[in-house]
Amino acid sequence: MGLLSDPNRRRALINLLTRLNAPICAVCYIAGVAWFMGLAFEPFTLRTYMSENAMGSTMVEERFPAGERALATGREFAAHKKRAGGMPVDWLVKTMQSRGLEVFTQKFSRTLPFPDENKERYMVKGTNVYGILRAPRAPRTEALVLTAPCSPGDDNNQAVGLLLGLAQYFRNQIYWAKDIIFLVNEHDLIGMQAWLEGYHHTNTTGIDWSPLQGRGGSIQAALSLELSSDIITSLDLVLEGLNGQLPNLDLANLFYAFCQKIGVTCTIQGKPCCPDHDADGNEASQRPTMGGPRAFFTCHHCWQVRTNDFSFINQILKLNNLLERLHQSYFFYLMPSLSHFVSIGYYMPAFGLLAVILLLRALDLWVQLATPPVRTEDGIADLEQSSPEVLSVLTPLVISHLTGAALYFFPIQFQATAVEHFPVSESEAVVLTAIAIYTAGLALPHNTHRLLSGEGVEQDWRVLKLIAVLYMAVLLGCTALINFSLGFILALTLVPMAAFITPHRPKVLSAFIMVILSPACTLLFLVFFFQDLQEIPVSFEDGWMLFLSVISQGILDHSLYGSLVYPLIALMVYPCWLLFWNILFWK
Amino acid sequence: MAAPLTVVLIVAVTVRACLFRSSLADLIAERVEVVSPLNAWKRVVEGLALLDLGVSPYSGDVFHETPLIIYLFHFLVDYAEITFMVSSLSSHIVLYCLLLSLIVTSCCLFVDRYLLNPFTVLSCVAKSTCGLNNAIVALFILSTIKKNALLSAIFLALSTYQSIYPVTLCAPAVLYLLQRQYIPVNVRWASFWWFLLQYAFMYLGSLFVIICLSFFLLGSWDYLPSVYGFILSVPDLTPNIGLFWYFFAEMFEHFRLFFLCVFQINVFFYTIPLSIKLKEHPVFLIFMQLAVISIFKSYPTVGDIALYMSFLPVWSHLHRFLRNIFLVSCVLLACSALFPVLWHLWIYSGSANSNFYYAITLLFNVAQILLVSDYFYAFLRREHHLTYGLYLKRKDGSEATLVLK
Repeated sequence: MGLLSDPNRRRALINLLTRLNAPICAVCYIAGVAWFMGLAFEPFTLRTYMSENAMGSTMVEERFPAGERALATGREFAAHKKRAGGMPVDWLVKTMQSRGLEVFTQKFSRTLPFPDENKERYMVKGTNVYGILRAPRAPRTEALVLTAPCSPGDDNNQAVGLLLGLAQYFRNQIYWAKDIIFLVNEHDLIGMQAWLEGYHHTNTTGIDWSPLQGRGGSIQAALSLELSSDIITSLDLVLEGLNGQLPNLDLANLFYAFCQKIGVTCTIQGKPCCPDHDADGNEASQRPTMGGPRAFFTCHHCWQVRTNDFSFINQILKLNNLLERLHQSYFFYLMPSLSHFVSIGYYMPAFGLLAVILLLRALDLWVQLATPPVRTEDGIADLEQSSPEVLSVLTPLVISHLTGAALYFFPIQFQATAVEHFPVSESEAVVLTAIAIYTAGLALPHNTHRLLSGEGVEQDWRVLKLIAVLYMAVLLGCTALINFSLGFILALTLVPMAAFITPHRPKVLSAFIMVILSPACTLLFLVFFFQDLQEIPVSFEDGWMLFLSVISQGILDHSLYGSLVYPLIALMVYPCWLLFWNILFWK
Repeated sequence: MAAPLTVVLIVAVTVRACLFRSSLADLIAERVEVVSPLNAWKRVVEGLALLDLGVSPYSGDVFHETPLIIYLFHFLVDYAEITFMVSSLSSHIVLYCLLLSLIVTSCCLFVDRYLLNPFTVLSCVAKSTCGLNNAIVALFILSTIKKNALLSAIFLALSTYQSIYPVTLCAPAVLYLLQRQYIPVNVRWASFWWFLLQYAFMYLGSLFVIICLSFFLLGSWDYLPSVYGFILSVPDLTPNIGLFWYFFAEMFEHFRLFFLCVFQINVFFYTIPLSIKLKEHPVFLIFMQLAVISIFKSYPTVGDIALYMSFLPVWSHLHRFLRNIFLVSCVLLACSALFPVLWHLWIYSGSANSNFYYAITLLFNVAQILLVSDYFYAFLRREHHLTYGLYLKRKDGSEATLVLK
C-alpha cells in the first residue's frame, strides 16, 4: 500500500508513466506479440498428462472384431439413404432395435432467417434417431453419447455403420456403468441442437422439436464420429466448440494416448503434431473461431471431441470409469500440438501486455484531464475548469451504438425489401446490407458535428477517448476470457489504433490505417491468411466470395446456435471502433 | 431546477418501461448480482401463493421478506411494476431534496446519479424489494436532515425492521439531531441523555409497534427466525457480490459459528470508531455507515451500492483530495463487466469454477472499500486544510506534504 499512500513515490511513478507513455506502449506491444509467438516453445508449453485418476490405468481391449460387419452395415445404410432420399428412419429404428437398444425418434423443424447458400437449405425439417443401451446396474444416472451425423450424399456412411457395429459389440459387454446413447442426427448441427435442447428441456434458439420419449442420465461426455472413407489413414481431433469453448484437456489427452498406443497418425486441426515445434503451431492455435461450431455439447456441461477414428472403444471404456464430471484437468488451454499444451497462466500475459497499453493510455489521458492548466494565486478558483460538455461526449456514444444496433438488426429485418429493389438473392442481400451499414458508419463524424450546436471544447475529445479506451479494454478483456484467440486477434489490430489516434494526426493517412485495422478488414485478411495456412491459397475474387460467405455464416450461426461472435462485433466492437473514428475527425 | 428533474424522471421512466416490456426483464430478474434470496421477486410471488393457500409463507425456507411487505404486495401484486417504478422515482425525488439542502454550491449537475445509475435500473427492472428498502432509508435521511426526530425514528425503525443492519444509522441520526439542537455530545450534560432517551424511546417504540403489528397480521412469530435468523445465520450460500458465500461454503461446521460472529460483528463494529471520529460531521457519518453496510452485509446486491453511490455528489468538493479515484473507477467498471462473463463461464460453460467468480467478487469489494477509505481520507485532509491552510509549510519555510500514517 506504500504506492497508494505515499504521495512522493506516486507522483514520481505517474510522471514517469506520462513522460515515457509512447515508448512504454510500443515496448509492451512488441513484448505481447513476442510472448505470443514464443508460446510454441519450450518454457511455456507443458507436456500433456492425465489428471483424472479414474481414467488412469485400466485394462482395455485393443481389437474390434466386427470391423467387416461395420463396413457392410455402412454400405447398407448408404443404400437405404439413397432410396429414402434423406435419413432412412424406419431402417435405422429396426436395425437399432435388432441390436437390443431402446429406440426413440425426435422430429424437429426450423426456418432459417435467410437461405443458407453454403449448405443449400432454408426450411429444415428432420428426424433424429437414437438408441439407449441401459447400464446393467445403475441405469438413468449418467450417460455417454456416441453420435454419427447423417450427412446428405455419400459422406459419413461408414460412421453410421461403425456406430451400429459398436452398438452390437457393446451390448454383449457387462461392465457398463453408464447408459450409452447412440445418436444418428439429421442436418448436422441443427439436429444436434434440437436433440440437446430436448434432452435438457431448454429452448434457447427457437427450434421446434418434439419432446424426447426416452432419456438417459446426465451426459458426462460425448464423441462424434465422422468417417470419410473405408480406409483410415489418420485421425483428426477437433476441439474448439461454440464461442471458443474447449473440452476438458483430459478428454483430448485420453484420445491422443490411445492413438499413440495403437500407432495411428493423429492430427489436430488438420496439422500433424510435431515433437519439435515451429511457428505453424502458433498460428494454427490462433484460428479464427467465427465459422467453426463443432461441439456445442459444451453448453450443456459435457464435452465432445470430434474424431474420425475407428478404434475409440478404449476411450469409451475409460470414460465408463469416470466417477464424477471431468474437472481435474484444464479447461483454458491452447494446443500447439497434441502432446503439448499452454495453460492460461502462460498465455494470458500475452494479452495482458496488450491490455496494459490501453490502461497506460487511459492513465495518461486522466492525468492530462486532471492537471489544471493555469495556477492562480490562491489555488482554489482555478479548479472551476470547464467541466466537459456532457452532450458532446454522449452524442457520439449514442450514435455509435445506434449504428451498431442497426448493423445487428437491419440486415435480417430488411432482406425482403432489399430483394424487392435489387437483383440479389436473400443471403446476398443480408450480407451486402451489413457491409453497406458498416461503410455508412464511416460517414458519421461529418454529420454528428452538424447536429451539435455548440463548439467542441479541446477537452471533450480527451474525455471521449478516455471512455472509449476503457470500454475497449473491458470489452477485449471479457472476449479474451471467453475466447482467447478472438480476443487476441482483435487486440492485435485494435489496440495500436486505439492508443495512437488523436484529432491531431494527419487525417488521410490515419483514416486509411484505421480502415485497414477495422474489424471487417481484419476478417478479410484473416480469410486469406487462413486459406494460406490450409495450403489452398485463393485468388482475390474467390477470397471475397469466401469473406461474404463467412459473414453470412456468422449471422446464421448466431440465430441457429447462439454463437456470440456476430452480436459481439456488431453491437460492441464496431461501435467502439466508430468512437475512435469520431475522435479522429473531431473538430 | 424543476426542468432537469422532470427530464431525468421522464428518461428514467422510459428506460424502465422499455426494459420491463422486453425479454431482458426475466433475464435480469434471475441474475445473482441483482437479486438475493432476501429480496427476489420470485420469492415474494411464492410467498403470496402460499399465503393465498392458507399456509404460512415462511414454511419451506423460500420466503424471507417481512410480513408488511407481503401484505403490501397482497394488494399491489398486479401493479408490481408501477410500484417499483414509483418507489424508484420517490427515492430519487427524496434524494434530490436532500442533495439540495446539503450541497452548498450550485453543483446540481449529477443529481441524476441515483435514477440513471445502471445499478438502480437493473434493481428496479428485476423488481427486487431492495428498491423499497432504499426508499425507506432515503426518507429516514430526509426526515433527519429536516430535524423531525419522530419521523426519523419511525423510518429508521421501518428500515431496521426490513433488514437489521440500518440500526447502526441510529448513531449519526442522534448526532445530527443533537447538533441541530445545539446540545453538545458530552456524557455530563443532562440534555444529552434526555434527548438520547427520547430518541431511543421513539425508535424502540415504533419498532415494537411494527413487530407486534406483524405478529397480528400473520398470527404467528414464524417470521422472526425466517427473516432475522436468515439474515444473521446466513444459511443460503448462493453466490452473490458479497463476501460471505465462498467462506462459508468451504468452512468446517465446527468453526462456522465463530466465523459467523466475526463476519456479522464486522458490519456493526465500525460504528463506534467512526462515530467518535466524525461526531461533528454526522452527514458524512451517515454516508460512511451506509457504505459499510452495503459492502459487509450478508446478502448485498447492486441496489445497495447504488444507494450510497448516489450520495457522492454531496462530497464533490473533496474531489481535489481524492487519490485513487481513477484506479477505483476502472476496477469497478471492469468487475461489473466481468461478473456476468465469469458467471456464464462457470455455470453455463462449465469451464471456470467458483474461484474465478469469487476473485471478481473480492476485487469488487476491495475497490469499494478503497473508494470509501479514499473519501474518508479526502474528508480528513480537507478538515486539516481548513484548520491549517491549503499550502503547508514546514518550519524552515519549504513546502510540506501531508501523509497519512
